[in-house]
Amino acid sequence: MTKVTYCLDHLRKTYHNRLVLDIDRLEIYAGEILAVVGPSGSGKSTLLRHLNFLEQPSTGQLSFESSSWNGAVPPLEFRRKVTTVFQRPVLLNRSVAANVAYGLKIRGKHGKPSEQAVIRTLAQVGLEDMAKASARTLSGGEAQRVALARALVVRPSVLLLDEPTANLDPYNVKLIEQIITLVNQTQRTTVVLVTHNVFQAKRLAHRTAFLLDGRLIEIAKTATFFDHPAEARTAAFIRGEMIC
Amino acid sequence: MRDLLEGLIQAIDLIFSLDQTLYEIIWFSLYVSGVALTFSILVGIPLGALLGLKGFFGRRFIMALLYTGMGFPPVVIGLFVYLVLSRSGPLGDLGWLFTPSAIIVAQTIISFPLVAGFTMAAVMGVDRNLRQQLVSLGATGWQATLATLAEARIGVVVAIIAGFGSIISEVGAVILVGGNIEGKTRTLTTAIVLETRKGNFELAMALGMILLLITFLINLTMVRLQGRELVR
Repeated sequence: MTKVTYCLDHLRKTYHNRLVLDIDRLEIYAGEILAVVGPSGSGKSTLLRHLNFLEQPSTGQLSFESSSWNGAVPPLEFRRKVTTVFQRPVLLNRSVAANVAYGLKIRGKHGKPSEQAVIRTLAQVGLEDMAKASARTLSGGEAQRVALARALVVRPSVLLLDEPTANLDPYNVKLIEQIITLVNQTQRTTVVLVTHNVFQAKRLAHRTAFLLDGRLIEIAKTATFFDHPAEARTAAFIRGEMIC
Repeated sequence: MRDLLEGLIQAIDLIFSLDQTLYEIIWFSLYVSGVALTFSILVGIPLGALLGLKGFFGRRFIMALLYTGMGFPPVVIGLFVYLVLSRSGPLGDLGWLFTPSAIIVAQTIISFPLVAGFTMAAVMGVDRNLRQQLVSLGATGWQATLATLAEARIGVVVAIIAGFGSIISEVGAVILVGGNIEGKTRTLTTAIVLETRKGNFELAMALGMILLLITFLINLTMVRLQGRELVR
């Protein structure tokens, strides 16, 4: 039986009486790559912030690894199993290595093993030569790879990606996609990828979900989702007919 | 011009003369301003960080008070502290008037709005998304705040420099509440006023130059704290 990492049950989120997220049921399985596609403003990023516990649902339930906290922020040990790579990374005005080491440092991990983990992770994203460079001097693609490295170094059980390759050049897109796939395969990291790029979902995801106006329209195995969408709106979105 | 030159020569003379009274005055100035600055930092940096990071009821009101405090005439603060600490004032029983404690109180009130105000501005200048991303990496609220302050360090050091500059060079409040008592509450600035009034321009000049030198050396140290981040 597949292990469920997240279970959303009648989760609703309102901002100033405006309903932005309204999901009756969504299960995210351990070790899968789930892509969430949809036009901008459909609630994709809000969903991701909930999965990272940065926001709490207005009503309904969000359970993580079979625990739920009734709208409160989960304890730190649960929170620290999940991390997000954002579309526009904000790095600390320190060296590349110090940025990657941050997640370890706040977990009280210092010394040789952490230093080695930082070097290993930098090598994984192809930036081992830039360890000492100032993070502010990096290009967009390099900065995003540092952001990916600082997330991966803490070995999260869940990696959330919010449009991680938007505005990046094809070389960096390919590199980041390869790293995501590799991490998912070798460490069984659960990945939730928010993207407006349906091709990226097709390339990476085991399952794909379509979100529209805060509602989950359809979720299916990626092949089924793209070849035989059950919903007319999904089909329209895949064909690029939906104006977003 | 002759006064200036003679002042300079006498200043150098004084510094190397190991004159005990002079060193006591220097030490006392640094002591009261140092203690006052420490209090200002302890109150001002957390307050500035809070105002810069969090929105809450009454924030704008506190900000307006702070900005007023930043431009408040020190001598008026001196008068206020004088009245509060005077024998018939609400805190008269403490017996602090004309003691170092009174100077420290006045200088703390003068400098903490500057420390808090500049810290707030520096913290507000840090990318708003940073905090969310650090929390996402597993930082506690406290850890994220510390990292934000570290990001704002150039501005935070400016805040401390501004706070220090406002009190080491202040004279009105210090004379009012300290009384310029020789060997007890005489600072570099009050000594300058006294010597000028007595017509000892060379000595006054010498004291002024010593004050300038000390301030310069301290600021030089502070600038080093800001790191090499400007050179990129």
